[in-house]
Amino acid sequence: MNAAVSDQIYKVQDLRVSFPDLSKKPLFGAAPRTQVLKGLTFDVAKGDVLGIVGGSGSGKSTLGRAMIRLLDPDSGSIRFEETEIAHLREDDLRPLRKHFQMIFQDPMSSLNPRRQVGGIIAGPLRLQGFDNIKVRVGEALEMVGLPKSFETRYPHELSGGQRQRVGIARAIALKPDFILADEIVSGLDVSSQAQVLNLLEQLVRELGLTLAFVSHDLSVIRRLCSRILVLHHGEIVENAATAELFDNPQAAYTRTLLDAIPLPDPDQVWA
Amino acid sequence: MPDARGQIRRLPGLRLWLSGGWLLLLVLAAIFAPMISPHDPLEQDLFAARLPPFWEQGADPAYLLGTDSLGRDLLSRMLYGARLALTVALVAGTLTCLVGATLGLIAGYYRGWADLVISRLVDIWMAFPPVLFAILLIAVLGTGLTSIIIAIVVIDWTRFSRVVRAEAMSQGAMDYVASAQVAGRSRLGIALAEILPNVLPTIVALLTLEMGIAVIVEAILSFVNLSISTDQPTWGGMIAEGRTSIYQAWWVLVFPLFALFLTVLSFSQLGEGLKDYFDPVLR
Repeated sequence: MNAAVSDQIYKVQDLRVSFPDLSKKPLFGAAPRTQVLKGLTFDVAKGDVLGIVGGSGSGKSTLGRAMIRLLDPDSGSIRFEETEIAHLREDDLRPLRKHFQMIFQDPMSSLNPRRQVGGIIAGPLRLQGFDNIKVRVGEALEMVGLPKSFETRYPHELSGGQRQRVGIARAIALKPDFILADEIVSGLDVSSQAQVLNLLEQLVRELGLTLAFVSHDLSVIRRLCSRILVLHHGEIVENAATAELFDNPQAAYTRTLLDAIPLPDPDQVWA
Repeated sequence: MPDARGQIRRLPGLRLWLSGGWLLLLVLAAIFAPMISPHDPLEQDLFAARLPPFWEQGADPAYLLGTDSLGRDLLSRMLYGARLALTVALVAGTLTCLVGATLGLIAGYYRGWADLVISRLVDIWMAFPPVLFAILLIAVLGTGLTSIIIAIVVIDWTRFSRVVRAEAMSQGAMDYVASAQVAGRSRLGIALAEILPNVLPTIVALLTLEMGIAVIVEAILSFVNLSISTDQPTWGGMIAEGRTSIYQAWWVLVFPLFALFLTVLSFSQLGEGLKDYFDPVLR
């Protein structure tokens, strides 16, 4: 890495995203738009594990999808490395896509049911023009702790936790600079959650990944993330280092979120 | 963590065997009709008119399934009729599928104005009564095999478009489509490599159904004498002729009707069976 370039991987400035509100669409003409992200400004440093938290409808998933340009922002700027990507056309974006990848929330629907695991992981490699695809697929599977024999499995032949590992393998196989993980453990049972989180922690350490981890679960975020971005109604209410945020939350909304974490209490009396 | 999930295998079911078997028999009959037909299908013998099938009294063993009111051999006519029925089923069915499924995929995945145009067109199309539409088309195009095929394609493409559009829409909303975009696949690439394989089982099931429908439409057009010239035997034409002598010779109507029924049923069952067999996702 060239230190002179910049140690920020993402610079987001005044990012605004809106969706058409079809329930209020008049018979003729366009539907009114609902502001989902109301001018967000923040940076992501290289090697950071950024937690994005907030309640339902706070815009956390939308922010993630805008950052990897699955959505078109209305206005504002997203600089990835040194490139402005907020308003790039899909054709111009395509060669850049190997640098930022995504792991999806629902591992069943994010894996094409008609492809075998090997093909699912090899697909992006092939599209981005990598060589030694077979070797890379094997490496990726090994990194997420799945045996090589799984290459010929179909997604429906895997358990939920195994599927999510395939999703992770697909993303890391490209050796991206940035990965967005969108609520990746919310669909899993508690023991698979722990396994996937351990795996992610290990990969962050070994590969030096820059990660954005979208979640509504602050205890998961606390364990994994170095910085936390708290969203509320499409605005950033707090952006702080993890320890700082947990010790000394500034915003009232952050305190509400922290109070909502269930804590094991050995002294609790069963009423 | 190896487990048994990778070892589940399925065998082709009984319905696949039965329907496939009947259709194979039909294909063989159509190909070898000139060799296996006991008589010339057009040869008339008024002295041998309305002979009953072999198990009835007064039957002639030379005419296995009996003869019609002009003394033509029913079995030979049915064998030759299978040729036309299968040609129409395969050609018209496939063409209808290609046109309809392509438009449905475009409408369902690309949405926007393409969807608007195609969907309105489908709505308008479906408002026409299909049989009258077919008769009108044949009246304009003239009779003949090509006209029948064109008529079936023009009328029935909407069947594919509607279903494929809906299916493509629901598949398009899945995360694996977004993940293909993240991987850098183009719109066309996603439509062909991600969505199409997932819509294919539905298309195959519809295609076989459409082949059955094509056979019926051809029979209907033959029935109203708008199909092919009468010197070529067709099942629909035989049914139409049999209707006039139903009280004197029931077999003239019943045998082609039964062949038609079995064929249409086999096509639809073949579709269902293939869908079950080729779908890696156990449904």
